[in-house]
Amino acid sequence: MQNVEQIVNGQKLFLKPEYQEVLKNKKEFESNMGSIDPSKVDEIAEWTKSWDYREKNFSREAITVNPAKACQPLGAVMASLGFENTMPYVHGSHGCVAYFRSYFTRHFKEPTPCVSDSMSESAAVFGGLANMKDGLRNCNAMYKPDMIAVSTTCMAEVIGDDLNAFVQGAIEEAEGELDNVAITHAHTPSFVGSHITGYDNMIKSILEQLNPDVSQRVVDEERINIIPGFEPYLGSLAEVKEIAAMFSDKIVMIGDHEAQWNTGAGEYQLYSGGTTLADAKTAINAKATISLQKYSTVQTAKTIKNIWKQEYVTANPIGLGGTDAFVMKLSELTGKPVPEELKKLRAQLVDAMQDSYPYMHGKKFAIYGDPDFLLGLVSFIVEMGGIPTHILCHNAPRKGWEDDMKKILSKSLWKDECNIWANKDLWHLRSLLFTEPVDFLIGNVYGKELYRDTGIPLIRIGFPIFDRHHLHRYSISGYKGALNLLTWITNAVLDQLDEETKNIAQTDYFFDCVR
Amino acid sequence: MGPLNLENLQKEAIAEILESYPEKLSKNRAKHLGVDSPEESKGACDTSRSNKQTVPGVMSQRGCAYAGSKGVVWGPVKDMIHISHGPIGCGQYSRAGRRNYYIGTTGIDTFVTMNFSTDFTEKDIVFGGDKKLKKALEEIDVLFPLNNGISIQSECPIGLIGDDIHAVAKKHKADSAKPTIAVSCEGFRGVSQSLGHHIANDMIRDEIMPDDSARKDFESTPYDVAIVGDYNIGGDAWSSRILLEEMGLRVIAQWSGDATYKEMAIAPKAKLNLLHCYRSMNYIARHMEQEFGVPWIEYNFFGPTKTTESLRKIAACFDETVQAKTEEVIAKYTAMTDQVIAKYRPKLEGKTVMLYVGGLRPRHVIGAYEDLGMEVVGTGYEFGHGDDYKRTKEEISRSTLIYDDVNEYELEAFVKKLKPDLVASGVKEKYVFQKMGLPFRQMHSWDYSGPYHGYDAFAIFAKDMDLAMNSPVWSHTKAPWDTEEKGA
Repeated sequence: MQNVEQIVNGQKLFLKPEYQEVLKNKKEFESNMGSIDPSKVDEIAEWTKSWDYREKNFSREAITVNPAKACQPLGAVMASLGFENTMPYVHGSHGCVAYFRSYFTRHFKEPTPCVSDSMSESAAVFGGLANMKDGLRNCNAMYKPDMIAVSTTCMAEVIGDDLNAFVQGAIEEAEGELDNVAITHAHTPSFVGSHITGYDNMIKSILEQLNPDVSQRVVDEERINIIPGFEPYLGSLAEVKEIAAMFSDKIVMIGDHEAQWNTGAGEYQLYSGGTTLADAKTAINAKATISLQKYSTVQTAKTIKNIWKQEYVTANPIGLGGTDAFVMKLSELTGKPVPEELKKLRAQLVDAMQDSYPYMHGKKFAIYGDPDFLLGLVSFIVEMGGIPTHILCHNAPRKGWEDDMKKILSKSLWKDECNIWANKDLWHLRSLLFTEPVDFLIGNVYGKELYRDTGIPLIRIGFPIFDRHHLHRYSISGYKGALNLLTWITNAVLDQLDEETKNIAQTDYFFDCVR
Repeated sequence: MGPLNLENLQKEAIAEILESYPEKLSKNRAKHLGVDSPEESKGACDTSRSNKQTVPGVMSQRGCAYAGSKGVVWGPVKDMIHISHGPIGCGQYSRAGRRNYYIGTTGIDTFVTMNFSTDFTEKDIVFGGDKKLKKALEEIDVLFPLNNGISIQSECPIGLIGDDIHAVAKKHKADSAKPTIAVSCEGFRGVSQSLGHHIANDMIRDEIMPDDSARKDFESTPYDVAIVGDYNIGGDAWSSRILLEEMGLRVIAQWSGDATYKEMAIAPKAKLNLLHCYRSMNYIARHMEQEFGVPWIEYNFFGPTKTTESLRKIAACFDETVQAKTEEVIAKYTAMTDQVIAKYRPKLEGKTVMLYVGGLRPRHVIGAYEDLGMEVVGTGYEFGHGDDYKRTKEEISRSTLIYDDVNEYELEAFVKKLKPDLVASGVKEKYVFQKMGLPFRQMHSWDYSGPYHGYDAFAIFAKDMDLAMNSPVWSHTKAPWDTEEKGA
């Protein structure tokens, strides 16, 4: 029973003997093998660590177990929230929207505005036009957005709703109510690609639909656009803008969701920050656009390059080399030398890397996440002399990504020990970690169960992270971002060293106060 | 605030919202919003419209039928594997977020926090996914040989592309000799997660209830009961069953938090079904009554007053030995909960609360707050039906704002108007109110604490509410240079 002086929650309550008894007694009625024959559980658990299991696991064709990707509309919602006073609007069932909002909110610890038009059986039969007509008007009346960015769920895609016609139809019937709100729309079928595809489709649609025809393009030689991509690190957005501002005040971030998920206490604001619609509507006039996530902007790139005839370049400012390339690109595009301040930041980063390298050098890492994130993180690990033993990308792009990764790995001292696993999931990774173990695992919250099962420490870098607070506020981009990566990884190595050496009178001779 | 003032304020709050709406929206929402009080003869609890289509374009907090089936009813059954059948998202967003606690070796003999998906691509949409599904079932049996069955949880496209998952399940069941259960819980069905509960219950009825293999040799006692509709969030069902066992009852099944297939199948052997979440499992309780003659009663284990009431109600269904033991249990724990109340009530007395949750909580937790001297001034259901609202009437003790399927816009306006001291709702709402400087507790996940069911759990509930209400952090919102009050 609870001791009122020391009330404990479930964590310790269920350790009390009376509850242990309850749990033991419950086994009589249970059918899981652990309650019937625990030795059988041990036997199977052992087998799942074997090469035999790995082979069976890797011959899977139909079932995905513990994925490391999400679906298109999630990315579309993030893209939409990068624009000022914009309400993401999902044409489909409201269940999807409840999921997107919860997912982002658990990661950012911030509210996530997004509406749906609550399509149901009748919409499945008759199409979702009626929902769209009411939905846009209600959304506009209640949330007074400057832009409504419409994406679709798989339901709307399967029944084949014609978004463009629906939006036009809704506007025509709205008695003028929708005349002063921009309504952009993108098809984001969940059964194609992943969340980064949805991000791409939404950014492309917003840019195409807000901007005039290329015949009206008036090039502004000083203006440069930066598209950040599906970026869960708000600090990265801030740092990229900071670096850009050192070169020019005419560099505009297109899809800047930093402020939306970083509002202060005192008052709730539905919308916060974002790329102004004025800037979004003139994106076509820029001299060039830099995408920071090549593989989150594949379709957007086509619009910019082929339709807008604008210079389009990619840079991935994660790690030292990635940031160098980004900085040089800015220097080239603006015609300005690299500012002293950046040179100093770079030198400080390199200094820190030289201080800490012994702890990452030769350490084996397994890492998983989105394609561009992986290109950045792996390049940093290679720069530090770490070994990216397993690089797993569940939403690996079909073209180019593996070659890009191989180019990075070619610089590694251990290039032959590095493996790229495209389109594999985290249950595949479990087999890899058991059969070809590593020292550290880098990834999102779902790596937690791999840590539990394998004992390999998880360094939380990625998306989503639900079980640690405030990491998303930091940067992983730019020189300061690289310093954060260095700090997190090095200190995780040191924490593990302490963990392994803390046994008194046995290993604690190595439990040093100075490392 | 006097009762009349409170009622006027509540009515004003509704009127202001309705005025700001376009006509059609206003007309619709007017039927879902109202005020009720114990004295009222036909108040909002009797008249409120519920379980209707959500108006398009609003920020509803509702989920879908898939969430009701996979997320609520089936997902927690621990020794079965539940496939999210369709595109990748649904399974990912609902993975391991609901805190359905269980004991088991995850990935080997239990699977609750994992995500199994058929990860549909365009090809599957165009050519159908039945073959892929059959292969998926076979692969699962190879890689997870200790699974005690597989359920197939349909996502939206399945019902739209004409797949016959029930035929696939039947075939696999024959091939594997293991339960294989197809559930047509596509997210677009119905108006909320509620229909998903119903569909999930129907599949338990059709696929598990007829399986008498575990019932055949089951040795019954006169004291066998089953807990139905407890999802063991944060361990709720464990802190409930300890009380029932101390009363001299034998809990033979626990649905569906920490449940196993066998517990589902032997439940009809119970002498009495104890129903906690009426909304999500009344269907199967009624079925077991009709088919197997197992009576059921509802109970409420939030807060000592309701727990004690419920224990006596349960005991009354059994003999005097159980009744005598029950009094001992009540006496033993009441000594502790009295101390909890003595410790926390003075700090919480008179504080007002607004609730917005789902299932049973919009009414069931009112008593627990009242045990702490707190006053609930508004409550509503995400996916309640008329019978939920009728049951709510019995729980309210003052003029109470009743809001059905309230959207974010309305909830924010209500809170600004009524200025409660605490808002208790879900994660999507949490930070909206915390930004206003309002203490908030998530009452779906117990805000990563709990359990909240039973006497021991009440101590945690009280401690958590005190923590939320009396933390120093809320006093920091106003900066020293601010002249005006900030926050709600």
